[in-house]
Amino acid sequence: MKKYFAILMLAVAGMVAFKADNAGYKVGDVAADFKLKNVDGKTISLANYKAAKGYIIVFTCNHCPYAKAYESRIMDLDKMYASKGYPVIAISPNDPIGEPADSFDNMKKLAAQKGYTFPYTIDETQDVTRTYGAKATPHVYVLQKTAKGNVVQYIGAIDNDTEGTNPNKVKYVENAVNALLDGKAITTSSTKAIGCSIKWKKGV
Amino acid sequence: MKTFVFSIVLVLSGLFVSAQSKTVRLLNLQQLEKRVSNTDTVYVVNFWATWCGPCVKELPNFELLQKTYKNKPVKVLLISMDFKSKLNEVKAFAASRKLTSEVYLADKPSEQDFIDAIDKKWSGALPGTLIVNAKKHIRKFYEQEFTYAELNKLYLSNQ
Repeated sequence: MKKYFAILMLAVAGMVAFKADNAGYKVGDVAADFKLKNVDGKTISLANYKAAKGYIIVFTCNHCPYAKAYESRIMDLDKMYASKGYPVIAISPNDPIGEPADSFDNMKKLAAQKGYTFPYTIDETQDVTRTYGAKATPHVYVLQKTAKGNVVQYIGAIDNDTEGTNPNKVKYVENAVNALLDGKAITTSSTKAIGCSIKWKKGV
Repeated sequence: MKTFVFSIVLVLSGLFVSAQSKTVRLLNLQQLEKRVSNTDTVYVVNFWATWCGPCVKELPNFELLQKTYKNKPVKVLLISMDFKSKLNEVKAFAASRKLTSEVYLADKPSEQDFIDAIDKKWSGALPGTLIVNAKKHIRKFYEQEFTYAELNKLYLSNQ
């Protein structure tokens, strides 16, 4: 009985430790679907994209200089890959109280002004951001639709040249999606997402 | 009279210049590593950016540390991770906040390489602080904000 109890305690401790370990997804994990409100008022879920081969999930926002620097490259990713089966889905992870520039109204304005061709959703509970383990904006997760679910194939930065000054930049996301489309192995499947830290809600 | 007017102009222009700019130089990885390898001094290196709220909030703590220990062998380096094209903005910011510590703008052809070289565990999020005591072979990196008390403790426990 004692032994049984010890095992039970171990299992509980393991579960607690697992729950506390909030590192988010790693390459190879199956990513959870979500329901997030888009700037057009509709709810976005991965499951709605019947024809998709995968997704380019981008945690990004209005206010951050890195997000601004990458905005046109995010728009280009959708133009390049949505038709090939890898649409961009943008998620704003920030608490609009802490960062008013990232309010839903301001997101709507930016999406309309720039003519986003992809959904720009808000993670109001920040649960999706936490589950994925996004740390910064922009932070990209490339998912591939498979029989076992949406498998994370790439996590990190869009490229290694935020300011867009290096002609020999390494385009991590493009390389990853191209490899998936060609059925090849991804050379670099994980990089550091350099940008602004997520603005978490206070007191949660 | 002419001399008088001239000296007034000189004084005024001097004031103008000091109010408008603060020396902020570009610093690349090699230059930084060389600097902190100096065994005579403990280096407290703060990575920040003008656009990063929590960074701007904690800058005075680093300034206070430098002032408190001005007669000790400790050097605070404030390294802005703003874009390289923002040198003038960083200078203006440093001047308007009257920063007295040494301020640099990181020259980082590849951010991934720069951040990895500072610390493998650093996600790239700001603020981040590196403390190096080359004499004692101490090099620690913290991806967090510091209160003055925490910063003081960090220095005292690694001096």
